[in-house]
Amino acid sequence: MSVAAHREAATGGLWSRMSLGQKQLIWAWGFLAVPLLFYVVIRFWPTFQAFYLSVTDWTITKPAAFVGLQNYKRLLADPLFWQVFRNTFLYLILGTPISLLISFVVAYYLDRVRFMHSFIRALYFLPFLTTAAAMAWVWRWFYQPVPIGVINDMLSGFGIPQQPFLRSTSQALPAVLAPAIWAGLGFQIIIFLAGLRAIPITYYEAARIDGLSEGAILRKITLPLLKPTLVFLVVFSSIGFLRIFDQVYNINTNDPGGPLNATKPLVLMIYQTAFSSYEMGYAAAQTVVLFLILLMISLVQLRLMSDR
Amino acid sequence: MKDTASSQALPMARVRPGRIITWTLLFIGGVIMVTPLLFMLSTSLKDASQVYDLRVIPAAPTLDNYIEILSDGRFTRWFINSTIVAIIVTLSNVFFDSLVGYTLAKFRFRGRYIVFIAILSTLMIPTEMLVLPWYLMASQFGWIDSYWGIMFPGMMTAFGTFLMKQFFESVPDDFLEAARIDGLNEFTIWWKIAMPLVTPALSALAIFTFLGNWTAFFWPLIVTTSAELYTLPVGLSSFAVEQSVQWEKIMTGASIATLPTLIIFLFLQRYIVRGVMLAGLKG
Repeated sequence: MSVAAHREAATGGLWSRMSLGQKQLIWAWGFLAVPLLFYVVIRFWPTFQAFYLSVTDWTITKPAAFVGLQNYKRLLADPLFWQVFRNTFLYLILGTPISLLISFVVAYYLDRVRFMHSFIRALYFLPFLTTAAAMAWVWRWFYQPVPIGVINDMLSGFGIPQQPFLRSTSQALPAVLAPAIWAGLGFQIIIFLAGLRAIPITYYEAARIDGLSEGAILRKITLPLLKPTLVFLVVFSSIGFLRIFDQVYNINTNDPGGPLNATKPLVLMIYQTAFSSYEMGYAAAQTVVLFLILLMISLVQLRLMSDR
Repeated sequence: MKDTASSQALPMARVRPGRIITWTLLFIGGVIMVTPLLFMLSTSLKDASQVYDLRVIPAAPTLDNYIEILSDGRFTRWFINSTIVAIIVTLSNVFFDSLVGYTLAKFRFRGRYIVFIAILSTLMIPTEMLVLPWYLMASQFGWIDSYWGIMFPGMMTAFGTFLMKQFFESVPDDFLEAARIDGLNEFTIWWKIAMPLVTPALSALAIFTFLGNWTAFFWPLIVTTSAELYTLPVGLSSFAVEQSVQWEKIMTGASIATLPTLIIFLFLQRYIVRGVMLAGLKG
């Protein structure tokens, strides 16, 4: 705004002789000036820089030198990368369907409930407002052995043997995933509820007149009409699970991503490569891989949306 | 209510038990959802000797943990840091995202479409990819360990711009034209005429931006090295590491980090839920 106003003052005579269209043009670019500068300096330039850094051997101490695709070759030959890739994929492939299934079932039934509707909705929604880093500590405490750990305490109450949870290479990943699913459910439920509300009641009335069962209405009317909502939520939560970091980092601070890298996702590997080993070039190559994975997800989304 | 005809046909007794079971199951599920929060709060009200007593209602509730942690001063500092950062970033987004969204929705000029696509394309770039260049930038300009260093990447977002553009498109041109004839300048038209018409979208944007910045962990962890400048999540993380097995202290810290957003929600539930719906449907 200040840019446009400044020009106005400087060229007073000229301004009054301008056509409305010309004035509009100056206002528009005046409004956009500061934001465009921001996007160029804080978004576009760093994007190119990230690609460039990924083909250098930049570390904190020495200046970057071009090394071609060496970082990528090293990454593909790194067994840790494949372990991390597998973990990240597991977060995605377990997290997305489980959370969407739970949130759809809750939303589907909650939509019909009138009694204390907003109170129950609030119970499901509250975890969405929590800080992931803080909640990781709460869950970490839950997973402790008896007598301190709440979950093991309950299990022993039922006579079930103690579970190692975060200490086991096979149980740790689901144990880290649980708080991530838990915290995201509220958001998904609200979006599903909005999607369910948007389906015209007349569709249901017509189906009931035709004598369709509840199950048939769900399959033939509700789910097909919810497709845009579903696609949005699948993509939104997939991206969330692929970028998981806060929970993993905090739930095992002695050995983030442990035990034996069993819970380490790609973003944590990036963080450690960059800020523990200071191999910035190598870390940049990892961020490019993350970008490519997310890009593929977005393309699948576009494809699914255009099929609609 | 929508199915009066069918509910008259069905005997009420056959409908009711199903509804009661549905309600009860939903209620139990909801209670399970808030259980971690209840345990967190209840443990924060216990002293070290009661921590092993896993009852939800503390036998002898005490605020000692809060008094001890808050008198230490660090949490107060982190709380202030988080509040300042989240508020400034939110104000910046509300101002700039809507200014850009309005310009792209309501002005006709060459290059408009290119600018829109360029801004939208930044949505494809994950933050993690920009973090290394941002870190380089921050260390070159001396932004490490400063509020600006924590805030600069999020001062404007493509998501917010897109959201606001969608809403400004539904503002009738006649309103703006009438104001133009009255001799108002374009900035005043945007600020005084258009902005009040999109307050639901503005509140959705504000809620999302505030929440996102209040809970942000990854970037603040990278860009702050001195405890003075930590935000609440980063401070809590370092505090919890140092407390090791003093779970009542850790839960108190976690409660301090979590309670503000939960309390805000209790007051603004209607707006927050509507905001999430708006952002989800238009975003």
